[in-house]
Amino acid sequence: MPKKYSKSSNLIASLLMMILLAMLQSQLRAEDQQYAPVVPGYTLVFPQDYGSHPDFRIEWWYVTGWLETSENKSLGFQVTFFRTASPRHSSNPSRFAPQQIIIAHAALSDPALGRFIYDEKTARAGFELAYAREGDTDVKIDDWYFKRNPDGRYIIEVKSDKFSFELSLTPTQSIMLQGERGFSRKGPNIEQASYYYSEPHLDVFGTITQQDKPISVRGRAWLDHEWSSEILDPRADGWDWMSANLDDGSALMVFRIRGKDGSKLWAYGARRNAAGRITQFASDQIEFIPERVWESPHTKAHYPVEMRIRAGEAEWRLVPLFDDQELDSRGSSGAVYWEGAVTVFQNGKNIGKGYLELTGYLQPLDL
Amino acid sequence: MNTSTLSSWLLLGEWRARFMQVMVAVLAIAIGVALGFSIHLVNTAAFNEFSAASKSLSGQSDLQVYSRQGYFDELLYPRLAQHEGVRLANPVLEFTARISGEHNGENERKLKILGIDMFRAARISPDLLGVPAEDQRMDGLADDAVFLSPAAMEWLQVGQGDLLRFNVGTQTLALRVAGGVTRVRAGQRIAVMDIGAAQWRFNYLGLLSRIELKLDAGIHHDVFRKELERKLGTQFFVTELEEQEARLASMSRAYRVNLNMLALVALFTGAFLVFSTQVLSVMRRRSQFALLRVLGFTRKQLMLQIVTEGIVLGVIGSFLGLALGYGFAALVIQLFGGDLGSIFFSGIQPDLHLDLVAALVYFAVGLGVTLLGTVLPARDAMQIKPAVALKSDHESNVIERLSSPWPAFTCLVVALLLTQLPPVAGLPVFGYLAIALLLIGGIALMPRFAAWFFSFVLHNVKKRFSDGKLNAIVLMVLARLANVPGQASVALSGVLASFSLMVAMAIMVLSFRVSVDNWLEHVLPADLYVRAADSGKQGGFLADEQKSLAGQSLFSRSDFLRYQQLILDPERPEVTLIARPVDSADPRNTLPIVGKFIKSSQLSEHDRPIWVSEAMVDLYGYTVGKQVRLPVGNGMHTFVVAGIWRDYGRQFGAVQMQLSDYQELTGDMSVNTAALWLRSQATLDAAYRALQQLPYADALEITQSQTIRNTSLQIFDRSFAVTYLLEIIAVIIGLLGVATSFSVQMLARSKEFGMLRHIGVTRKQVLALLAAEGSLLTMLGVVLGFILGGIISLILIFIVNPQSFHWTMQLSIPWDWLLLVAAIMLVAATVTALIAGRRAVSGSVVRAVREDW
Repeated sequence: MPKKYSKSSNLIASLLMMILLAMLQSQLRAEDQQYAPVVPGYTLVFPQDYGSHPDFRIEWWYVTGWLETSENKSLGFQVTFFRTASPRHSSNPSRFAPQQIIIAHAALSDPALGRFIYDEKTARAGFELAYAREGDTDVKIDDWYFKRNPDGRYIIEVKSDKFSFELSLTPTQSIMLQGERGFSRKGPNIEQASYYYSEPHLDVFGTITQQDKPISVRGRAWLDHEWSSEILDPRADGWDWMSANLDDGSALMVFRIRGKDGSKLWAYGARRNAAGRITQFASDQIEFIPERVWESPHTKAHYPVEMRIRAGEAEWRLVPLFDDQELDSRGSSGAVYWEGAVTVFQNGKNIGKGYLELTGYLQPLDL
Repeated sequence: MNTSTLSSWLLLGEWRARFMQVMVAVLAIAIGVALGFSIHLVNTAAFNEFSAASKSLSGQSDLQVYSRQGYFDELLYPRLAQHEGVRLANPVLEFTARISGEHNGENERKLKILGIDMFRAARISPDLLGVPAEDQRMDGLADDAVFLSPAAMEWLQVGQGDLLRFNVGTQTLALRVAGGVTRVRAGQRIAVMDIGAAQWRFNYLGLLSRIELKLDAGIHHDVFRKELERKLGTQFFVTELEEQEARLASMSRAYRVNLNMLALVALFTGAFLVFSTQVLSVMRRRSQFALLRVLGFTRKQLMLQIVTEGIVLGVIGSFLGLALGYGFAALVIQLFGGDLGSIFFSGIQPDLHLDLVAALVYFAVGLGVTLLGTVLPARDAMQIKPAVALKSDHESNVIERLSSPWPAFTCLVVALLLTQLPPVAGLPVFGYLAIALLLIGGIALMPRFAAWFFSFVLHNVKKRFSDGKLNAIVLMVLARLANVPGQASVALSGVLASFSLMVAMAIMVLSFRVSVDNWLEHVLPADLYVRAADSGKQGGFLADEQKSLAGQSLFSRSDFLRYQQLILDPERPEVTLIARPVDSADPRNTLPIVGKFIKSSQLSEHDRPIWVSEAMVDLYGYTVGKQVRLPVGNGMHTFVVAGIWRDYGRQFGAVQMQLSDYQELTGDMSVNTAALWLRSQATLDAAYRALQQLPYADALEITQSQTIRNTSLQIFDRSFAVTYLLEIIAVIIGLLGVATSFSVQMLARSKEFGMLRHIGVTRKQVLALLAAEGSLLTMLGVVLGFILGGIISLILIFIVNPQSFHWTMQLSIPWDWLLLVAAIMLVAATVTALIAGRRAVSGSVVRAVREDW
């Protein structure tokens, strides 16, 4: 039995890996110009832009957050729904034609376990079984949902053998447009960009079920919604990204795109204080300084899990909830990255909680 | 000296003396066991592989949902996927597509294609996922790509990156071979592609062929299934994998069982050989046994001694048989891939597994028949009265005991009664039992009959002899045969068994072949048949193409035929529905009707007639005049069975209906095949040329009815190749029997010949006497074998075949072939007798006579 299982899961691994890779492949071929381009100067319109943008090649809704259980334990969680348009537009009239592929990841960081629990789903959009709807946030694969109600509240439902989430996320602040009013550059090339907005300080309330034991939770979450047709520079190796809900009500997001030679290809950062004033940091103002490197016992990859981030005058120190927050899905989707709940310190003081994402550390991933 | 040493001395001494005879007996057993065992091994391996291959296509699903008509609306998929209790639903579109290229009937290449959604299939049947090239990772979703199993690549001579062309209706479709399906079972020829692309490219838009379900943990499968079946209605059925296996098993079971029966025939003849060897051996050693008795051997010990001999022979023969059988099976699988002439198991590559239970069974059967052949002679040896036996070479009384005619008569009568019984679980168990009883009864009656016959002849020629009109030798021959039927019948039983079985098989096969030939003539009345590959659920010819075909001036008449598969019973294979114009005034003009039928004038106008094949009568209980409901078009419709026709093409049943009825019920105006009749002045060449000028000529498969007929008969002959092989083996075993029994008899009778020489019979005359004895005996055996074989053939034709394969046939007798084999047997037996005789009369006359003392 275990043999059979590993055989099938290996296959699923390579299958999903190739989807992920293809989806996130940075280099766009000339003939793929049928996707809508990301151009500066576009004004995001809501609620339409909460919804899906099927003309763009790739899109994701990405929620991370810290939760407190009714037993006062801390948990980190992450739920991502990806949408990717199939590489070539075909005139196939079949309802099964794979025009859009929906992928969902869900993960739980439980310090009591000391490791990640992770599950995922992939399906072609169609038959109302999987979709990413236009007009407002409404994404679904089978019994996994991510939906925005007209009142602005988000509902997440994830059911898996390993865990279930039933969460409602209520905004407490206005949305935060990243980059130039939502036009977020990702590389030295002006085409390397996405439309990007965040919703920080979402109030989370709901239930998380582990081993058939439902626990009610509450906490703070961060939502990113990003869509693009061309995003990563071909020279890119991966990225480091962090977002944090700071205790004073401000929201912080910083990322850098790493080149294959270890250089910084691009970086950006923004901090919005509780009053809503945004400070932006340009690429040359930002520095990521690894403080402590953790070697994954699973993949032998080296992750700078403790990081100092300098942006202009400010400097923050990120300390992980625990080290082993590596998302090792070689047994399934094949993607390997570190996606962890972190505590943010400034001048030795705990000033908030966030998430750090470190990709491309195992191999020069296309990710 | 202890008993076992003595026992082994006796054994070895005996075997050294008659090495050849013992070898032949052992070989006969070995051949019988080997045949049975290898057929069993090959069939089991083929079946297991076949069912594993079919199962692997369904992956690890709990339930599968099918439609009775093959394809169904895809909107069932979201319904099932969201159904309470369903954890995962995997939609599959499965069909076969014709590979473009030269077509000539038999060489038509059809590939099974599975359209899958790889995201769903990954969790249910991951082995079916294609492996794309490194730089073409999205090919699994591509709409121009297909993945081939290694066996399919080899078969079609294509590799990754090549283009593969298919016929879709009258169009040609080129798909890129994007990679392999490497995890399917070896030898399995399949292609896999994206389900959306398959629907589009092969015209199956909106259709699925099955949905595989994985249920939530804790869901009771049977309850769920019943509930689902109720919700889905009669158009659908829900199966579990085990049932599919049962269905596959039922598809090939009749074929497998009948083949095993043929193997038993060889074993049966082998048993007679052992019997004759042992009987003659006991006869020869009467004085030896008598001496042993005098020296203190008990009857029991003597019995044990002879049975031990039999057991040793049986063990050696059976072991040898198992080894031979395994080797033979390995060879067959290596060379033919498990297809013993049937079409069931083609396109797979089975692995041979040494099946211990089966090996034990065949070993036991081999040993069993050997013991059977040993027990009677052993009992005879037990009866030896030492004083008498020591003194003179008294004739055996083995056969006298056997020849009480009543058990034999009982066998025959019971056999005849058994022929009246119905099949058991679709198998002609009683038919085979009747054959076995007939053989046993016939052979048991043999000595009595020989005595009657030769006494009768002797009685009639005696007068002629006293008139001086008859040679003394002839009289001597007849006198011996009439008065010592025991020994004669031993030789005869071998001839009788093998010849009767051979006659039976030969008559059966010829009757079958002639019937098939006649049937082909009847079902292929047109000159040309033009087919196009299916276009999705539809036949290849749409209305326009039908018009352009029918409009050709060369043809005096054109009929269009629509074929479809229906599932009437989920536990049985598909039934073929054939819609075509049937002469309603007299359906015999269109169909090979058997028995009574209803004319259209006898039907009320809203009755839709169907004509069903014989299999439908046996399998589904259809009878002429019965109203039946069939899933045609959307929903079930009522039809009246208007006649029954003979069909050798579709063992699992076929239904014919008027094309107009079909079109009215389904709205489907497409057809698969056009039957074309040439005008009297038109030539075939002109017709071919005209057809090749059609815009869609490339996609047409044009066959002359003559070619189809020839191809069909070729396939027929190939399927019966195994039978021919078994017939030959039966004949060889029979001849070996004659050789053994004669040579042993000759040795035993050397005293008799010495005596004859003493009273003035010349050597030549003794040889003539032997030759005459041999040929007369064989002739009687052949004649009786013919009668017995004839009766058995009737059972095969009128009971075994209809019960196993649901078709009837007309009786035809291959006189020339039978006469030839009879002549060969006669000559061979005479020559054998002569050769054996030469040895017997070559010794010194004096010594031969002296042995009497």
